[in-house]
Amino acid sequence: MTAAADLAPSYELVVIGGGPAGLAAAALAARAGVSTVLFDENPGVGGQIYRAITSTPVRSRAILGEDYWDGAALADEAKASGALIVNGATVWSLDRQRLVGVSLGGKARLIEAGRVIIATGSQERPFPIPGWTLPGVMTAGAAQTALKAQGLVVGGRTVLAGSGPLLWLLAAQTLRAGGRIDAILDTTPRRNWLQAMLHLPDFALSPYFAKGLALLREVRAKVPVHRAATIEAVGTDRVREVVFSGAGGTRRLPVDLLLLHQGVVPNVNLANAAGVAHVWNDRQLCFVPVLDAEFGSSVPGIAVAGDGAGIAGGTAAAERGRIAAIAAVRALKPQAAVPDTQAIRQRLQREEMGRAFLDCLNRPADSFRLPEGDTIACRCEEVTAKQVRETAQMGCEGPNQMKAFLRCGMGPCQGRLCGLTVTELIAAERKTTPDEVGYYRLRPPVKPITLAELASLPISEAERKAVER
Amino acid sequence: MFKRLADSSPAIAISVDGKTVTARAGDTVAAALLAAGIDHCRTTPVTGAPRAPYCLMGVCFDCLVTVDGVGSRQGCLIPVREGMKVETQLGRREAGR
Amino acid sequence: MATEARAGDEFDVAVVGGGLVGVATAWGLSREGCRVVILDEGDRAVRASRGNFALVWVQSKGLGLAPYAGWTIRSSNAWRGFSDLLKQETGLDVSFQRPGGFHLCLSEKELEARANVLKRLHNQPGIVDYKTEILTHDQVKAMLPDIGPEVVGGSFCPLDGHVNSLRLFRTLHAALNARGVTYLPSHRVDAITKEAGEFRLATPYGEIRAAKVALAAGNANMRLAPMVGLEAPMRPERGQIVVTERLRPFLNHPVVTLRQTDEGTVMIGDSKEESVDPSGLTIGVSATEAERAVRQFPLLANVNVVRTWSAIRVMTQDGFPIYDESQTHPGAFTVCCHSGVTLAANHALTIAPMIARGALDASLVAPFSARRFHVQEAG
Ligand SMILES: Cc1cc2nc3c(=O)[nH]c(=O)nc-3n(C[C@H](O)[C@@H](O)[C@H](O)COP(=O)(O)OP(=O)(O)OC[C@H]3O[C@@H](n4cnc5c(N)ncnc54)[C@H](O)[C@@H]3O)c2cc1C
Ligand SMILES: Cc1cc2nc3c(=O)[nH]c(=O)nc-3n(C[C@H](O)[C@H](O)[C@H](O)COP(=O)(O)OP(=O)(O)OC[C@H]3O[C@@H](n4cnc5c(N)ncnc54)[C@H](O)[C@@H]3O)c2cc1C
Ligand code: FES
Repeated sequence: MTAAADLAPSYELVVIGGGPAGLAAAALAARAGVSTVLFDENPGVGGQIYRAITSTPVRSRAILGEDYWDGAALADEAKASGALIVNGATVWSLDRQRLVGVSLGGKARLIEAGRVIIATGSQERPFPIPGWTLPGVMTAGAAQTALKAQGLVVGGRTVLAGSGPLLWLLAAQTLRAGGRIDAILDTTPRRNWLQAMLHLPDFALSPYFAKGLALLREVRAKVPVHRAATIEAVGTDRVREVVFSGAGGTRRLPVDLLLLHQGVVPNVNLANAAGVAHVWNDRQLCFVPVLDAEFGSSVPGIAVAGDGAGIAGGTAAAERGRIAAIAAVRALKPQAAVPDTQAIRQRLQREEMGRAFLDCLNRPADSFRLPEGDTIACRCEEVTAKQVRETAQMGCEGPNQMKAFLRCGMGPCQGRLCGLTVTELIAAERKTTPDEVGYYRLRPPVKPITLAELASLPISEAERKAVER
Repeated sequence: MFKRLADSSPAIAISVDGKTVTARAGDTVAAALLAAGIDHCRTTPVTGAPRAPYCLMGVCFDCLVTVDGVGSRQGCLIPVREGMKVETQLGRREAGR
Repeated sequence: MATEARAGDEFDVAVVGGGLVGVATAWGLSREGCRVVILDEGDRAVRASRGNFALVWVQSKGLGLAPYAGWTIRSSNAWRGFSDLLKQETGLDVSFQRPGGFHLCLSEKELEARANVLKRLHNQPGIVDYKTEILTHDQVKAMLPDIGPEVVGGSFCPLDGHVNSLRLFRTLHAALNARGVTYLPSHRVDAITKEAGEFRLATPYGEIRAAKVALAAGNANMRLAPMVGLEAPMRPERGQIVVTERLRPFLNHPVVTLRQTDEGTVMIGDSKEESVDPSGLTIGVSATEAERAVRQFPLLANVNVVRTWSAIRVMTQDGFPIYDESQTHPGAFTVCCHSGVTLAANHALTIAPMIARGALDASLVAPFSARRFHVQEAG
């Protein structure tokens, strides 16, 4: 196991995140002779899609599906490439000078990087419904992670709610593993189909088409699916029932576990804190970094690859990682041999073909993104939708002033679970666009470190003088 | 809420609020709590509301627990170790712990 | 609060700047019965009022300009009443406390330097008499039981206090909203002229007219003041702050570099760098702050830092406030200072009524006119 003290003061390439994008990038660069380190905060590599690929206790390959096991090759390739792969390593800071702050085993280090590839992936979109903070309410991705990494499968009365391919994938995996699902509440607005159909021809050619249909068929054969226009988790100490309204009026289901999911969005925190410019993507309803064809960002030497660059899926993530790595190798070692980008780009294009269809079909309804009343918008600081809306009405134009006024986004998650909600709520109240409203300005540490860790970092004479008087 | 697939990973004993809980190698603290049916792992510093792991991927911070005397650790990112002492965290953390 | 101006709206006073100085002044003006409009920038503006340390601080104030000590104490004394008024209007408690505050020293050298500063300060002619004591380690420890062994001593002033300054900022905005004051964000003032006895303020969304204008735009006063025959020589400076997760109460007094907020978080700060880039952040400066904090209070070592930030201080060239009225453009005023939290009570309850009356009271604020910069040059 690598310890903080074992790290070199600098690497030619620092890759942050060990999902498909990071693994592919690190493998390619290291093989081309670039000194490469990959940091991932999880105990093992694989990222979200290939979570625990080197350690999963799930033996039957059918449960997680062949797509999952594809990850093993990527992990092997990265391991064999000579890249230093460091798990349990949280990157808490990155700046324009490409100084990388990493925390490992309770010790912090600052590492200089010639180039940086941010491959921190995506996270599930906030799903702010009444009661979403109650114990017993989790994300579908959480249940999937527990299945992949620990072989835990949902056992009690379980309801899945939301939209998007991952919801159906988890349902299928859970059923195959012998787990229990009482019902699925489908929140996909019907009119999404109209928009999506425009993109059907492309989608029909994408690898996701056949897989998607098969999944839906597999799950629908075993679990009742209801359409839901509103959903509420009810309980005091924990969730006891799910109340939802649909075509047939209001219904209540007793539950032990409610699993929510409405798509994934880029995990922007690190890139944002590094000063990378982002824009609103209205089709994916999230902020994405502004990137060139090589996934280079607005900050020289920093690229963003994988789903952090905009959602395109695990296979695309790996290809994007390779393209970013080739650009890094070319900059660092112009004479090194690198694979042909043409072929990679073709594969990437094929992967990205079905995206428009999926994005349009799975666009979450306004009512599940724009909460009202006492529904919590910011989980950490327990700020309600009503407070955000009223403060916007008072003339508060953006999330940074909102944060100052209400503390939303100031808790330990640093806006990961409220940022999009707050931006969209302000835009709705002030009748403008999320792009106009903008996002929180994030600052290090993007993940908490202890005061002692911060105190242990190198300090120059000038820096000391700026404080001591 | 959760059950284990037939599993042969070695058992690992940890204590949760003083009670012994049998986890498995490969568990994170948060997963071990969920597998043991422990309903919530903390109460919030703002209103004291109970919370349990929500994302299991390090983004929500609802899995914060005290591990071996150190408060506010993200349970979903920390692998269990034999003899580890886990405590649920009530409200604000105490400085020095 | 109206957040759009309508054609034909008539205002007695246009306050330029919606930071703490602007909103405190605007609130005071509204209490005097003035119809007020606040013109401010948007969400990403550089705003010291979102990034400060929230002390209502007296000790060390006034070295170099003795009347500043008295002015600061006046505000400190007015603060309780000010916060009560705000609470009556909004129901929000800004959590003002004045338990007395410390300056902690980590070496004999620091302690000696501290004692010297205080001696020089209190030896100035005309300085108001107030108490700041030098204390030994044991004396400090009796009041702050969690200090570490490296704290050799410090100074203590019973007039020092603190407040939740972000809540103060919000509360003032909420109070203005309830009073129906017009607040116009994203209305950056680009030009000010006076025509036909009326000020005209050009913004990207059109012209706003008002009988008087109060410049409270922080460092931007430097650019705006000359438009109305005033001046505000500034030298902005960057400060960095480290903040921790929420903790149970452990610290009953604010320290000039470290305080626990009513919410439980611990703020650590007070750096000074010559920079005007608010997006820049020097990790080594945060590290120094953290290192000193852990030496001062070792029990904080394992506490999580959730955020660090930098903010640009509104700083006049000599560090003291500028309160001025224009000779060439009667009705134009500057309200500009560092320590806008400490002085908020004065701005609301003393400066605003003067502006409402149309003239500054020289007996209180003459020393703070920007004319002092020329006097020094001449001398
Ligand atoms: C919970 C979840 C489950 C998913 N499951 C599937 C699935 O089963 N099938 C599928 O097709 N798609 C899935 N996805 C979609 C996912 O986005 C994939 O497309 C794919 O994992 C993206 O790969 P990536 O390399 O971009 O990032 P990821 O795979 O997300 O990898 C990012 C890695 O970066 C690490 N990281 C993040 N921040 C830091 C930091 N500050 N310091 C150190 N490390 C950091 C994370 O721990 C993670 O390991 C899932 C998404 C989520 C959020
Ligand atoms: C790190 C730090 C720590 C501090 N600690 C303390 C402390 O402990 N105690 C204390 O009393 N003080 C403290 N201060 C100082 C205090 O924060 C400031 O004095 C106070 O916030 C200044 O308020 P302001 O309204 O003048 O400036 P700002 O908050 O900067 O506001 C100026 C406003 O004017 C607007 N503006 C600028 N140009 C224009 C234009 N052309 N048109 C319209 N609007 C415009 C800006 O958008 C902004 O909203 C600290 C400051 C910093 C940076
Ligand atoms: S469960 Fe969300 S951070 Fe651990």
